[in-house]
Amino acid sequence: MTQPTFKIRLQGIHKSFGPKHVLTGLDLDIAEGESLVILGGSGSGKSVLLKHIIGLLQPDEGTVEVDGVDLSTLGQRQLIEFRRRFGMSFQEGALFDSMTVWQNIAFPLQRARPRIATADISARVEQCLESVGLQGVDDKVPAELSGGMRRRVGFARAIALQPQILLFDEPTTGLDPVMTAVIDEVINNLRRRLGSTTITITHDLTSAFRIADRIAMLHRGQILAVAPPDEFRASDDPRLQQFLEGRAEGPLTDDPPPQTTQVPDP
Amino acid sequence: MFRPFESFFLELGRTTQIFVRVLLWTFRPPYDPRQWLTQMVRVGIQSIPVVLLTAVFTGGVMALQIFTVLARFGAENYVGSIVGLAMVRELAAVLGALMIAGRCGAAMGAELGAMRVTQQIDALEVLATDPVHYLIVPRVWATTLALPLLIALADAVGIFGGYVVSVIVMGANPATYLDITFRYMDANDVMSGLIKAAVFGLLIATIGCSKGFHAKGGAEGVGRATTAAVVTGSIAVLVVNFFLTKLMF
Ligand SMILES: Nc1ncnc2c1ncn2[C@@H]1O[C@H](COP(=O)(O)OP(=O)(O)OP(=O)(O)O)[C@@H](O)[C@H]1O
Ligand SMILES: [Mg+2]
Repeated sequence: MTQPTFKIRLQGIHKSFGPKHVLTGLDLDIAEGESLVILGGSGSGKSVLLKHIIGLLQPDEGTVEVDGVDLSTLGQRQLIEFRRRFGMSFQEGALFDSMTVWQNIAFPLQRARPRIATADISARVEQCLESVGLQGVDDKVPAELSGGMRRRVGFARAIALQPQILLFDEPTTGLDPVMTAVIDEVINNLRRRLGSTTITITHDLTSAFRIADRIAMLHRGQILAVAPPDEFRASDDPRLQQFLEGRAEGPLTDDPPPQTTQVPDP
Repeated sequence: MFRPFESFFLELGRTTQIFVRVLLWTFRPPYDPRQWLTQMVRVGIQSIPVVLLTAVFTGGVMALQIFTVLARFGAENYVGSIVGLAMVRELAAVLGALMIAGRCGAAMGAELGAMRVTQQIDALEVLATDPVHYLIVPRVWATTLALPLLIALADAVGIFGGYVVSVIVMGANPATYLDITFRYMDANDVMSGLIKAAVFGLLIATIGCSKGFHAKGGAEGVGRATTAAVVTGSIAVLVVNFFLTKLMF
């Protein structure tokens, strides 16, 4: 028996924005090479959680460990270096809007290897774009793309360096079912071929069941449940059932919301 | 009641912090010559028309005013000297810097602000790129280098403006005017103006970038960052100018 090796370990994470307590003591372990899907209501803090894993946000309390390194012990410069093991696609795309699509995807390649030949970059950029079903958009700027195209360019930029850890914030929201399946296939391939650890936020249950080794449900700032897809689906937790069935009424919506500190008017 | 002070020190702290990060990152690879070049062109080349217009009209109006005053005690001959010294020691640098604060400080506040609120700055970090290194270092040094060059040009053009007005409008003798202009001017006068210009460039860019970098709250936040970049940048130029002048003369 070997100890399971955790690629990423979150312990007791608390995060507030002003009076709003978004993460309330969240624990989560993610194994090497695993594909984890995070589900949860809108505004439940999924994006905030993802930003903690990559060190864009720091927890008020608790620790984030990646490869056994506590992120809070890293200096500014070390953290930047550390991020080379990550790729992340943002919910809103976050493409560099003064650069073309080609330059956006080439950016991580050029930064990681300043002496890389342009031909090599081009080959990789083409490969990335092709894998997300985009062609002939190299010279367009983000403003000229549709929402779904922008999202896919963001996805392509995230995978350009084939990093060990990939974080995808709603990569398929707003895509048609065929494109969704294509992206899901790319995620599965990354894991199979490169052994990457992937964490994907999605609202698309079909997609979730297609790519997940485990599914985690975020609710009220904590992980309500985390289980392999079959167990997750079979769970008799009424809250999971309500979410999976997409009912408006049930324990998720009935629960009284947690206390937020009242700020008295001055 | 203490809000204004609090926010003043908060802003001062942030700007200083940005400046320290700029210093730390300046000599670290990778260098991005394209970013540097772009910024040099934007601040240096594209600001030439505004700065020169400002200088030529300031020189002209100074000549008009000073001529009128000096004529009262028959010292019209010295117009050239006063216009020249005022331009190189003070006016070219300060007025030029104020124009650059409006033009480039604002642009930096707006550009970085927009990148902040659309998460492009987060994206840079995620792509293992320090945003201060990539975005702010080239802007700050390009502005610091470009301003003295611009102001040197402005000095010349300002003096030319004064010359044209004096000779054509006031009928001054061209040869005497030029002779007087440079007779009492030495290299230190010019240098002091150029040193000021460099400091102003540093201030404008650091403040503009810091405002944009810390922008938050959508389009409105970008607007606030832009305004703050101009207002704070201009005030900083005026205040620091006083102390620099006190220090150097
Ligand atoms: N930078 C921030 N400043 C203040 N509040 C924030 C910030 N980021 C997130 N929040 C708040 O944290 C909560 C969780 O936000 P988050 O973006 O993580 O939601 P989400 O689960 O990703 O939702 P969605 O599915 O709609 O994307 C929200 O209430 C949001 O208002
Ligand atoms: Mg989100």
